[in-house]
Amino acid sequence: MTNNLILRVVSKSLIPLIIVFALYVQFHGDYGPGGGFQAGVIMSAAIILYALVFGLDAAEQVIPSTILRILASLGVLIYAGVGVVTLFLGGNYLDYSVLGETRVAGQHLGILLVELGVGMTVFSVMLIIFFAFAGRGRP
Amino acid sequence: MQGHLSLLLVVIPLIAAPVAAILPRGRLSWALALVVAAICAILAGVQLWAVVHDGVISYELGGWAPPWGIEYRIDAVNAIVAMIVAGIAAITLPYALLSAEKEIPEHQLPLFYSAFLLCFAGLLGITQTGDIFNLFVFLEISSLSSYALISLGQKRQALTSAYQYLIMGTLGATFFLIGVGLIYSQTGTLNMMDLALRLPEVSGLKTVHTGFAFIMIGFALKLALFPLHLWLPNAYTYAPTVITVFLAATATKVALYVILRVLFTVFPHDFVSATPTGDLFLLSGMTGVISASIYAIYQVDVKRLLAYSSVAQIGYMALGIGFASSLGVTATIIHLFNHALMKGALFMAVGTIIYRIGSCHMDNIQGLGRQMPWTFGAIVIGGLSLIGVPGTAGFISKWYLVLAALEQQAWIVVAVILIGSLLAVVYIGKVIEVLYFRPAKETHLAVKEAPMLLLAPTWVLVIANIYFGLNTELTVGIAQRAAQVLGVTSG
Repeated sequence: MTNNLILRVVSKSLIPLIIVFALYVQFHGDYGPGGGFQAGVIMSAAIILYALVFGLDAAEQVIPSTILRILASLGVLIYAGVGVVTLFLGGNYLDYSVLGETRVAGQHLGILLVELGVGMTVFSVMLIIFFAFAGRGRP
Repeated sequence: MQGHLSLLLVVIPLIAAPVAAILPRGRLSWALALVVAAICAILAGVQLWAVVHDGVISYELGGWAPPWGIEYRIDAVNAIVAMIVAGIAAITLPYALLSAEKEIPEHQLPLFYSAFLLCFAGLLGITQTGDIFNLFVFLEISSLSSYALISLGQKRQALTSAYQYLIMGTLGATFFLIGVGLIYSQTGTLNMMDLALRLPEVSGLKTVHTGFAFIMIGFALKLALFPLHLWLPNAYTYAPTVITVFLAATATKVALYVILRVLFTVFPHDFVSATPTGDLFLLSGMTGVISASIYAIYQVDVKRLLAYSSVAQIGYMALGIGFASSLGVTATIIHLFNHALMKGALFMAVGTIIYRIGSCHMDNIQGLGRQMPWTFGAIVIGGLSLIGVPGTAGFISKWYLVLAALEQQAWIVVAVILIGSLLAVVYIGKVIEVLYFRPAKETHLAVKEAPMLLLAPTWVLVIANIYFGLNTELTVGIAQRAAQVLGVTSG
């Protein structure tokens, strides 16, 4: 696949757009359709496209699997951590209202952080699954 | 404050799980898991105490009031189940260090403990939550991680048995979800207490009946209620020893708790008693006790033998549910607690033999009882408890079960319980005979007693078996209270 010029050029120009779209879905999720799950999958699609065209080794160089494992764990920790922060601020678990000056600002900030965690975990778990299956039979 | 405590019971292992996954060494992850399990056991103890003394604890997640938000609602029933889960985890983990290092490659250990913590968090979540959909989410967390844990077993059959469990478990979870969906479509609520208020109005509808059937079958699959038990013997036989101990002592107990909750709290009593549910539980309990005990007698692998015995013990618990009387449910909850103690002790004792010789096939373990006296002692006492000899925890559960059967004048059930105990004498006797009265294999003459770190947790459970056989105040008291909470009328 590496010699296929058209595929390489097209995917190189598409990948940045996919990533930008993923970030849009991620951070616009609290106003429009979208959120962490969708953004994570779109973002991982960019890397998977890169792996399909440029090979698995090149993709693993972009994002090594150790980093993926840390990212996956970090996402869950961000989500659960937001809950712990609200506990310390005197609210119930995941009660975002106490995060900001006003209730609305708090809810806004809370959902943004939590979705960031979701996005990170979904992105890295998708890639871990992809690498695990694609890497079968390699030495 | 007590509400936060109930929440932390779920959140602490949930936060620890991803941390355990990124720690570099297996031992570090183990230490983290051990600390978490110990904290959770203490929290569960405090929670149980608080529930017994101050009544129901309710916690609103995210500050959204029920029935719209998710509510954690703890009464005597879930407090005791949470105590079992957290307590068994805290006893299993010291045992896990050596046993898991022997059976699982070092580079997988951090992920192993991470999955263990996730399973632990899922099981605790199921017991704590008062929201039936949230319960499904925790069910999936605990199930998915237990499939992964079972597949880590040493033999290649571990993969097929994990796959078998995956298929059956997913069927069970899907059935449960279908049932919840059908009920939601008629009541518009997912909060268990709110469901209990709204279901009487719609209980005549076919949809509600169908939903009820789906939920029951779904959890009967997860519980491994006879004849839906086929995944259990393989899963328990080929899983790593620690996981067998943990799942045998907790996972089926949690599934049983959900069945109790759905039958007695969520659905109205006259609705349930108008369906043949009670008779079905009695029927499957009786056939389960007899046939699984007979299967157990013919097993040549001790782990598999104990797994079949678990199916039989689940049958006893089903009998108590089948009576639907206060005494019956009390007996079920007592047995739920005691069975966790005895199966935990027995699987741990067998695990120490596996630690030494790498197998628990009858041909390999013969004569080892004399070389490993402490292990052998644990198997004998655990076995006596399983049979139900007076002075052990097993006797208390059988006693209450027989009382419940006598109260209903169900002579057949009394006979089944007695025959089941006699069959247990046969299969436990077989293990003891092989371990003690046969000559050891020449290759195993040098096998020594297991290390302290394995024996100590085993004996903690063995002593608990005797303690709860002599002092029944705690178990019976809480079980009676739980039956009261579930609102089962006597007679």
